[in-house]
Amino acid sequence: MVPLENYLVLSAILFSLGVYGVLARRNAVLILMSVELMLNAVSLNFVAFAAYLDPDKITGAIFAIFVITVAAAEVGLALAIVIRLFRNRATSNVDEAATMKW
Amino acid sequence: MEGFGVNFAFWTLSAVTLGAAGGVVVSRNLLHAVLFLILAFIGVAGFFVLLSAEFIAMAQVIIYVGAISVLVLFAVLLTPRAGRDNGETAMALPALLLAIAVATVFIFVVNDTNWTTVAKSPELATAELGTALLSTWVLPFELASVLLTAALVGAIMLVRSREEEAEDALA
Repeated sequence: MVPLENYLVLSAILFSLGVYGVLARRNAVLILMSVELMLNAVSLNFVAFAAYLDPDKITGAIFAIFVITVAAAEVGLALAIVIRLFRNRATSNVDEAATMKW
Repeated sequence: MEGFGVNFAFWTLSAVTLGAAGGVVVSRNLLHAVLFLILAFIGVAGFFVLLSAEFIAMAQVIIYVGAISVLVLFAVLLTPRAGRDNGETAMALPALLLAIAVATVFIFVVNDTNWTTVAKSPELATAELGTALLSTWVLPFELASVLLTAALVGAIMLVRSREEEAEDALA
């Protein structure tokens, strides 16, 4: 069987790729996709812990389900905001929506 | 689940998932990024199957690959001219350094911790998961449905155009 550390290292790398994407990309949709990558890494971690550390295997799976649910709600709202931004400003780049920047 | 097959599946899925995730964060074309993202989601679903969490793998495929990716594709469709040539911000290099630092800390902690893995227990049945969701976890379950409804209403309110709002005001 694959050791637990392999899954944890994998999801750490996936999460770090998401961190890079959130901080380095300019397009709001791309930032959102990087957030999805990070959420996916977290739920992979939950399921790996459930499979290796929990005799019942329930709790980690439940948490993964809630992560997926919240991600769906978050994506719907965030894309609505992006579309609204594009309608008002004709751009979806976060660094061009800087009216409130000091 | 012993031996060569599982290891082979793990390393192949790792290569596919990490490659696709890398594609998401570097590709300049928004449409290519969405397609890479779908591949990464499918890879993670493969890991869920490998960890014998079939229901979550199915939920991952239906919700992420089926719904969220289509939603993102619609957003790409509704924001024309934004799809191509998406560069990085000026903070790309600090962001890269921070991401490497985060990964290093995580990998160090993972390797430093002494994980006490339990002996292989019977696999998680989907029926048990459903029972737990509607008994122990029923309050978060209901909260999640309220959250989804609120998000639905909020998204509809946000994307309504001025004309539609004016029509509603007249009615």
